Amino acid sequence: MLSFVIRRLGTMALTMLCLTMVVFFLINLEPNLKKLAISQTEMHTSAEQLESWLVNHGYRQNFFVRYGQWLGVVPKQPVTDPATGKPAQRFSFCNDPLVPTFAGVFEGDFGCSTKFKATVASKLFPALGATGILMFWVLAVMVPISLLIGILAGMREGSRTDRVLSVASIASTATPEYVSGVIFTVIFASWLGWLNGSAASASQGITFYNFTLPVMTLAIYGIGYIARMTRASMVEVMTQQYIRTARLKGLSFGSVVVKHALRNALIAPFTVIMLQFPWLLTGVVIVEVMFRYQGFGYTLVEAAGNNDIDLLLGCSLVSVFIVLITQLISDVGYAFLNPRIRVQ
Amino acid sequence: MPVQYISGFTVVLEVLSRFWPVWIALLIVMGTSFAYKKKLALYGQLFDSGVGIVGVGICLFWLFTAIFAATISPFDPLAQVPIMKDVLPGAIEPQSGLTYLFGGDKLARDVFSRMVYGSQIVLIIAPAATGFALMVGITLGLPAGYYGGKIDTVLSFLANLVLAFPVILLFYLLVTPGIMDTPIPYGMAGVFFLFPIIFFSVLFWTRYKNRPDRLYILLGITLILGGWIYAGLVFDADPLKIVHIDPNQLNIFVAVVFASSPGVFRIVRGLVMDIKTRDYVAAAQTRGESPWYIMLWEILPNARGPLIVDACLRIGYTTILLGTLGYFGLGLAPESPDWGTAIKDASRLLRSFIHPALPPTIALMSFVLGLNLLADSLREQSMKD
Repeated sequence: MLSFVIRRLGTMALTMLCLTMVVFFLINLEPNLKKLAISQTEMHTSAEQLESWLVNHGYRQNFFVRYGQWLGVVPKQPVTDPATGKPAQRFSFCNDPLVPTFAGVFEGDFGCSTKFKATVASKLFPALGATGILMFWVLAVMVPISLLIGILAGMREGSRTDRVLSVASIASTATPEYVSGVIFTVIFASWLGWLNGSAASASQGITFYNFTLPVMTLAIYGIGYIARMTRASMVEVMTQQYIRTARLKGLSFGSVVVKHALRNALIAPFTVIMLQFPWLLTGVVIVEVMFRYQGFGYTLVEAAGNNDIDLLLGCSLVSVFIVLITQLISDVGYAFLNPRIRVQ
Repeated sequence: MPVQYISGFTVVLEVLSRFWPVWIALLIVMGTSFAYKKKLALYGQLFDSGVGIVGVGICLFWLFTAIFAATISPFDPLAQVPIMKDVLPGAIEPQSGLTYLFGGDKLARDVFSRMVYGSQIVLIIAPAATGFALMVGITLGLPAGYYGGKIDTVLSFLANLVLAFPVILLFYLLVTPGIMDTPIPYGMAGVFFLFPIIFFSVLFWTRYKNRPDRLYILLGITLILGGWIYAGLVFDADPLKIVHIDPNQLNIFVAVVFASSPGVFRIVRGLVMDIKTRDYVAAAQTRGESPWYIMLWEILPNARGPLIVDACLRIGYTTILLGTLGYFGLGLAPESPDWGTAIKDASRLLRSFIHPALPPTIALMSFVLGLNLLADSLREQSMKD
C-alpha cells in the first residue's frame, strides 16, 4: 500500500512537471508576450519600446532558463536598469531581490502578478480560501441530497419513484451552471426577489441572502451525476444474494436497506464524488464570474484575460494539484473502503 | 411611433406555426420509424419506451431546426432594427410587419431568429468534433488495450496528462486570439484530422487485403475523400472551395477534439482489455489473423454498444462545452448567434431584461436533455440483449 502511494506520488510529480511546462510554453507564446508588454507599458508605444520592455524584464531569456527560474532550480537574476546600468528590481511592487537568488516554486515563491501589482501568493491564497468556503457549502448541500436521491431511486428498481427521480437527475446533468445560474437568478432574484443575484458582498460576510444562489447553481449540476451513480450501485447491491437472505430471514425492507445495502452501495459514489472535483473546478470558474464572487475562479479568469504569467501558472499548478490529489485519494480510499480490492 | 404588440397567446401560436417545416419532417421521420420499428434493430427499439421517444424527438427537433433555419427564422440573426432595442416578446417590427416573437436583445436583434440560427453552430460543431474525438480515441485506444505494455503506458500517461488539465484552463490557453497567429492550431488539426484517414485505410486494408478488386476502390475513395477534406480543413486549400472552415472555428474544433479524445481513449482501452479475453478473439488469433484485423473487425464491433451510448452523452457534453466557450467569449465571434454567447450577453443584463436570456438557455438545456435521454434509453435497450 505504501509503495503504491509513493509510486503514485512520483507519477503525480512528473505529471505536474510536464503540465506546468506545457502551460509555461503556451503562456509565453510570442502573441501573448506582446499582449502583456502592451498592457504593461503606456499606450501608443512603438515596437522597439515593447521589445525593450520585454528584454528589460527578463522575458527574452532562454525558455528553459526561465522555466528553471520559475521552478527555483535556476537563480533569478535582477534586471539591469537601462538608465543607470545598475541592477534593479524586476517588479518593484513584489520586492524582487537585487542579487541573484533561488526564488521559485520549490522555495515557496510563486512569483509576481503583473495585473494586480502584488505577489502571486498574496492574491492566490485568499482567493483559494474564499473558494474553499464555497466548495464546503456546495459539498454540504450536494452530497447528502444526491445520495438520498440515488438510494431512494435504486431501492426499488423500475418503480414510479425510480422513474421520476431518474428523469429528474438526467435533467439536472443536462443543466450546466451558466444555464441554471441564469434561470435561478431570473426566478429567485428578478421575479421573487428572495435572493441576491450577486455574491460580491459575500467576501465581507456570508449570508443566506447572498450565498444561496451560487451554492445552488453549483450543486445542481453535480447532483444528477452522483445520484445516477449511487442509483446504479444501489440497484446492483439490491440484487445480491445477501440482500435476499436478509429479506428471507424476516428483516423489514427498511432495515435491510439501511443495515445491509447502504454500506455496500456507498463505495462507488465515494469515488465519483472525489472525481467530481475537477468538474467542480470548471463550475467554480463559471459561477464565480457569474455571481462576481472573488475566489479562485475569478482570479483565474482575470489572470488568463490579462495574460498574467506568474498568476496563471500559480492557478494552473493549484488546479492540476487538486485534480491529481483527488484522483489519488479516490484510489486509495476505494481500496480502503472495499477490502475485496487489494491494490497491486 | 410606439411599437405595437401582439398578445401572449398569439405569440405561442405564431412560434408553433413558424416551426412548420420541423413539424412536418418530424411527423414523417417519427411516423416511418414507428411503423417499421421491428426492422430497425437498436434504433427501432428506442421507440418501445417513452423516454426513448422523447429523446429521439427532441434531438430530431433541433436537427430539423438547424436544417430549416433559414425558413423558420423571420429575421436575419445579425440584422439590427434600432427601434426594436430591448422590446418585449410579441413586438411587431413596423417595416416588415413581422413579429419579434421572443423580443429583441440589447443590440436590437431578434432573439427568436438568433436562437434558431444558434442551433446550426451547435449541431455542426458538436457532432463533428465528437466524431473526430471518437476516431482519435479508437485508433489509439485499440492498440493500447490490445498490446498493453509500453505502448499502453506511454499513451495512458499522455491521456492522463490531458485529463488532469482543468477543462476551463485548457480552453483559456488554447482558444485565445493570440494563438491563431502561431502554427499550433494548424499543427494540431493536421495531426487530429489524419486519424480518420488512417482509421479507414487500416480498416479496409485488414479486411480486403486478399481481394484487390475491392481494396483498391475502397482505399481510393478513402484517400481521395479524406485528402480532399483534409486539404480543405487544415490548409484551407480545397480546390473546389466547398470545404472551408473559419480559423476561429477550426481553433475551437481542435481544442474540443483535444479535450475529449482522452476520455474516449480510456473507454475504448477498458473495453478492449475486457473483450480480448473472449473466445472469439482467441479463435481469430489461432486462425492467424493479424492483430489489427482482430482489433478492428472482432473487438470493435463488439464494443459498439457502450461506444454509441458514450457518443450520445459526449455530444451533449460538447454542447455544454461550446456554451461554456461562448459564455467566456472564447473563440467564437462576439456577434455569433450561438447559444453560449447569447447567454453571456443576456446574463449581464438580467436585472433589467430577462426575456433575451430564456430562449437560448432553454434551447441548450433541452437539446442536452434530449441527448441524455437518448443515451439513457439506448443503454437500457442494449443491456436487454
